[in-house]
Parts: sequence; C-alpha cells; structure tokens
Amino acid sequence: MSETYTLYNSTVMEHFMNPRNMGDLKDADGVGEVGAAACGDIMKISLKIKDGRIEDARFKTFGCGSAIASSSMATELIKGRTIDEAMKFSNQEVVDALGGLPPVKIHCSVLAEEALKAALEDYVKKNPERAAAAGHSAAIAA
Amino acid sequence: MRNVYLDHQASTPVLPEVFEAMKPYFIEAYGNPSSLHQHGLRVREALKKAREQMAALINADSGEEIFFTSDGTESSNLAIKGVAYANERKGKHLVVSATEHPSVMQSVEFLERQGWTCTRVAVDAEGIIKIEELRAAITPQTVLVAVHHVNHDIGAIQPVREVGRVCAEAGVPLYVDCEASAGWLPVDVRESGAALVSFSPHRFYGPKGVGVLYRNRKARLVSVIHGGVQEGGRRAGTENVPAIVGGGLAAEISLTELPRRTAHTTALQQRLWDGLRSKIPYIKLNGPEPGPKRISTNLNLSTEFIEGEGQLLLCDLNGIAVASGSSCVSKSLKISHVLSAIGLDHALAQGNIIMTLGMANTEEDVDYTIETFATIAAKLRGMSPMWDEFQRGLIDSVIAPTGRGKSFSQHAADVSGKAAH
Repeated sequence: MSETYTLYNSTVMEHFMNPRNMGDLKDADGVGEVGAAACGDIMKISLKIKDGRIEDARFKTFGCGSAIASSSMATELIKGRTIDEAMKFSNQEVVDALGGLPPVKIHCSVLAEEALKAALEDYVKKNPERAAAAGHSAAIAA
Repeated sequence: MRNVYLDHQASTPVLPEVFEAMKPYFIEAYGNPSSLHQHGLRVREALKKAREQMAALINADSGEEIFFTSDGTESSNLAIKGVAYANERKGKHLVVSATEHPSVMQSVEFLERQGWTCTRVAVDAEGIIKIEELRAAITPQTVLVAVHHVNHDIGAIQPVREVGRVCAEAGVPLYVDCEASAGWLPVDVRESGAALVSFSPHRFYGPKGVGVLYRNRKARLVSVIHGGVQEGGRRAGTENVPAIVGGGLAAEISLTELPRRTAHTTALQQRLWDGLRSKIPYIKLNGPEPGPKRISTNLNLSTEFIEGEGQLLLCDLNGIAVASGSSCVSKSLKISHVLSAIGLDHALAQGNIIMTLGMANTEEDVDYTIETFATIAAKLRGMSPMWDEFQRGLIDSVIAPTGRGKSFSQHAADVSGKAAH
C-alpha cells in the first residue's frame, strides 16, 4: 500500500504515537485518577503546583488511541494555568486542540477533563492553606 | 516495513485464478440469469456450475439446495427469519447459542419484538455449547435451533455432530453458521444433519458480494426479500454473477486445498502463540488451546493492563493488521458478547486482540509479529496506570493472581463510580 490511511486525524495520531508529558511526577501536589464507566478506560493526571499555578503535569492512561491523545493534549494545555483557570477547563478545549474527535470518542476528552479536576481537588484537599492563598477553598473545589 | 495481514477472519484476497474466472462475466457474459435468451441462459449455466461447486464444499446432495445471497449477514437473516415465518403456525420459539454472530443474535431480537421467544444456550469457559442445556431448551414450540460451527471471535469449534443429533431427536431443523469454518475446516451437512448452512467465499480467497445459504429440501423457508422469483423464490433480486462464479471456483479450490491450509496454519498458530506467551508476561489465550477444539487460523488474546484499540493501532502502524473485541473498538462501547459469554473479566476483554492466519503468512511474519507485539505491549504498559499500580501491589493480575491488591474491576469501579458493563 502506497498511501497510509488513519483512523484518527494527524494531530490525534501524532499525540497517540508521541504522547507529551507521559509518566508520573515525583512529589506531585495533586493526583487524580478517574475511570469511564461507559468503556472501562482509566486516566491518571499528576500535577505540580507552585504559587497557585500549574507548573508541570503528567498523565498515564489505560485506554484507546484517542484517550491517550486526549490526556497528552490536556496536560499540554493546562501547564502554566492558574488553579482558577484550570478549574474552568472544558473537554471541548481538548477536542478543538486535537482538531476534532469521532463522536463516539468525545467521552475520552471528558475523561481528561475529569482527571484534571480530580487532580486539582486532590491538591486543594491536601493543601487547603496554599489553595486558600491562591483564592481557593476545599469547599469551592468540591 | 514488513506487511503482515492477520485478519483473515475479516476477509481474504481473491486468488488470481478466481479473479480470471470472474472477468468474462463483467463485459462479455453480462446477461441477467433470469432472462430467457442466449445471454441469460449462458450465465444461468454458470450459476448452476457454481451451485454444484458450493454443494461439493459442504458435501450436500445437489446444487439445487444452494441459494445465493449478498453475504453472510443476509444468509443468517434469511435462515432465521425465513424459517421462523415459514413455521409461524407450528410454534414461535427459537433456540440459539449465546455466542452466535450478531447477524443471528439481532435477527432473533427482531423476531422477539414481534412475539417470538428465544432461549440463548450458555457456553462453557472455552466457548463450547453446553449440550445438555441445549437439549433442555428445546420445546414442542421450537421451530429452529441455530449453532455456529466455528466461533467468529474465539475460534472454538462446536460439536455440531452432537448438536445435530439432539436436533434430529427433537425433530427441529438446525441452522449451522459456517462463515468462520468453510474453506478452512471440512464442513459436512450429512454428518451434522443441518437443515441450513451458510458460508461466504470472501473468507476463503473468493470475492465479496456473495453469500451462500444451503437449505435441505425438507426444511421450510420463506423469502424475506420480495420482488422476484430468483433463487427458487427464496431470495428476490438479481444474482451477483461474477462474484458467484468466482466464489464457486474458490469453493472448488478450497476443497482440494483444505489439508494444506490446515497444516500451514496449524504450524504458524502454534509458533505464534508459543512466541507471544514466552515474550509477554500476563497474556491469555481466550477460547480452547490450539488443537482439535480450536480452528487453526485463530488466536484471540488478552494482554493484561492495556487496552485493545491502542494495540491494534500500533500493530497497524508497524504493518500488522489485526482485529479487536475491545469496547473501545466497538461503536456501541460494549465488549464482544462472545467474551462476555465465556465469562471473561472486563479488564481482560478490554485488552483483546484477534489474530487470524492465512496461506500467505510465513514463519518470518510470525516472528516479526511476536517481536513487534512484545514491544507494543511494553510501550502501552509503560503508559498504563494499571501496570504501574500492579507493580506497586495496589491491584492484582486476573491472569496470574499474586494475592496482593484489589481486583482490576474493583479498582475500575472505584475510580469511575460504577462498575463497567
């Protein structure tokens, strides 16, 4: 075969083949692990937070190509954002940045949003004082 | 990059001699077999020959018992609905195995919505039908039993002779879906006593666009497609003449090639499974071990802690074509119903890959696949939180439990809020 055909667009395939920020963070400030009841995929996001801002992010994913690409893209997008900004993060940003996902795979991007928020909540719960200093309380996060 | 096609269950290439045999039926012999002039009569003869070739492949009495449809799915629909409608006054109960092809399962569901009832007979952990449960499921209202020959997912060979005996004792016609076996394993309608048998030439080096349904003269069957009296009134619509001619030759070649096909794929199947299980820890073969209970072309694998679609994509990027029964591959987000029916843990079903061998595959292909698949599994495990958590003793393996940590399914339920289906 001379031509190559792909199941996903080139951006999704690129992030699947060469995922960014894959791994765990030593001394992470917040870790979120969530599963998709619909398909059984599991996603974990670890965050390093300094002065109310996401300094670094890593992911690990048990899931399909688009789940891996979604977590790769989500970690790219949230680095540098404040907790406040990150709390408003929407899966649509992942879908847009990836140049679209097949309808049946949109839930992969939702999983990335949920993993990020679970990690932020974990941070707020573990660091109520630092979170409050950055304008956040555990109550707000919950 | 090496190209290794390991999806012969999905389709096979057309043999060059089959393609040559088809060619005249596009431009030269273009007549409609229903026409009464020379053009029609010529192709009618060609169809007659193909019917004989199809009949010979399954040891049927005559080509007159062969109907042509468009594919295996249409054949199943005709077999299930055609027999059900023909026997409506006798009874409205059907019996099928729990691991039939979706074309059987969903035809049955369609009939259930119209007042029929159906009993789905369980299979054991290897995917073999429980004969005593089958016997118990048949009632005086049962008009059809459907049990496939070889499973399309896990390659399990059903004891069709015993199934045939149970059906004969009860006086109920048996439909045997031979889509995954014909052309690779001997199919003998006299041995099973099957009233109906279906198969498709594109699974054994013939073209797509033609399906075959054998029907014993004694079995009642009505058409479900209306508008003409083609195929003895059992299937209206102009026959796909070139595909039928090619399919007939593919059937004839298959009959003589069967022993060679079995020998070739049996050796490669063993080499592939031995290689994979020696290189990859926590990998499981679903369905029977290679041997008399499993077709020689199929390996259905579950590689633990990783998901199937990612494996499939990485295989494809490395030139290896495989299939998967993972929920991520299915548009309904459900794992294969066959894997559910054999009681496979959801986590293992998620990591499912199906490899099906053919005649063009070589030992070098198999060795390349083993090496590549081991690299892919390691890469995906490196990305998987589950693999890491297993290493740290937080979750346990289903394939080789260590006694440390909670089950994968429990963990998945904990992080998702509810159990995966």
